[in-house]
Amino acid sequence: MNAKEMIARRAAKELSNGEVVNLGFGIPTTVANFVPEGVEVLLESENGALVFGAAPKDGEEDPDLGNAGGLPITMIPGSACFDEATSFCIIRGGHVDTTILGALEVDQEGSIANWATPVAPGKWSPGMGGAMDLVMGAKKVIATFVHTLKGAPKILKKCSLPITGKGCVSKIITEKCVLEVTPKGLLLVELAEGVTIEELRACTEAEFLVADEVKPYQL
Amino acid sequence: MNKVMELDQVMGKVHDGMSIMFGGFCGVGAPLTCIQKIAESGVKDLTVMAVVATYPGGHFDLAPLFANKQIKKFICSHVGTSPEAVQALKTGDLEIEFFPQGSWIEKVRAGGAGLGGVLVRTGLHTMVEEGKEKITIDGIEYLIEKPLHADMAFIKGYRADKWGNVEYRYTAINSNPTIATAADFTVAEVNEIVEVGDIDPQRVGTPAVFVKAIIQGNTFKEHKAVYHDIWASTGQLK
Repeated sequence: MNAKEMIARRAAKELSNGEVVNLGFGIPTTVANFVPEGVEVLLESENGALVFGAAPKDGEEDPDLGNAGGLPITMIPGSACFDEATSFCIIRGGHVDTTILGALEVDQEGSIANWATPVAPGKWSPGMGGAMDLVMGAKKVIATFVHTLKGAPKILKKCSLPITGKGCVSKIITEKCVLEVTPKGLLLVELAEGVTIEELRACTEAEFLVADEVKPYQL
Repeated sequence: MNKVMELDQVMGKVHDGMSIMFGGFCGVGAPLTCIQKIAESGVKDLTVMAVVATYPGGHFDLAPLFANKQIKKFICSHVGTSPEAVQALKTGDLEIEFFPQGSWIEKVRAGGAGLGGVLVRTGLHTMVEEGKEKITIDGIEYLIEKPLHADMAFIKGYRADKWGNVEYRYTAINSNPTIATAADFTVAEVNEIVEVGDIDPQRVGTPAVFVKAIIQGNTFKEHKAVYHDIWASTGQLK
């Protein structure tokens, strides 16, 4: 199993029955494929849909039915469509239980950076989209990403890129570990098979505490 | 009372340097016929407001306006799906002002509803708060986000009657009903123009009061073909 699939499978275990969930692009989108049996979640798409199905077969698409990436989706029993303002009432108003987002950087204070990289001096792309509203409004924010980028740590003492939200992350899931953000700092609660705490410290810039009982990474 | 216009008549109102809002979300619910005409007109130095840039990968939706460098400033929440826009940003041909998506839509709603702005917590302690006033109400800190308003708005609906009552379908509604309220002159592009009374009143998503002109866009059959082609050609259909 590759790193991204591990992360998506582990993140899916965070979801519980009946939750309203918004999934970001990339790894988070694939979390939907691994939702445990018996768990039904209500997926929210920020362009204006709550509960929706997978991509349609060729010929069954509807030209007026897309997700937050403009890609075709389907309506299933229980689906609802609405406008953007309503969509962000759901997001900003505290009606999303869990959001799972990708990240460029996360820091030991639970801040996350995932909206801006420099494309020229003082110019940023791609933009925050709905991410800033999600990290402010969702009850639980889970950051998912491959632990390092070309060997460089992504879990830092302090984010270097413009942040999406300050101190908003509740849990960090990588292919190596699961860290909880606590008032005392990051806490290692799960470690993947074959990874030692020393190895984890070597590829993690942030300080982290180690739980009394570090559990095996749940897959 | 009949607001049906030819596209050329509407284009007479589109000028260099004006501000224009476009409905749509990554291409879905976008007024494609009007966008194409504006691209062909060569009008320039536009300030454009849209929730996000274009369908991922470009070549569709607002892409020609970015490629032709007709847009001077883009006010949005996300630009990354448009290679044309990102390129223009890199070379200094495009200025971008980002707002969080939920703030963007509420700013537009404020612009249409005569509000002086909205109070939001989104963006606090980030780059978004730079240069903005803050206010504390009942012990909670908020950013003051000012209204957004435009000279013209182009929305996309499914059907409109000749007075301008607009009906939407599924997620193609997205930003359209909000931006319809926030411009001096709102143009509704639709797949079908019907007689007054043909749209069930409870299916009206934008009441005629907000609409100044109605344009016949692609027929629904053509509309289906356009989205089939863009999705099939980018491997999005099973």
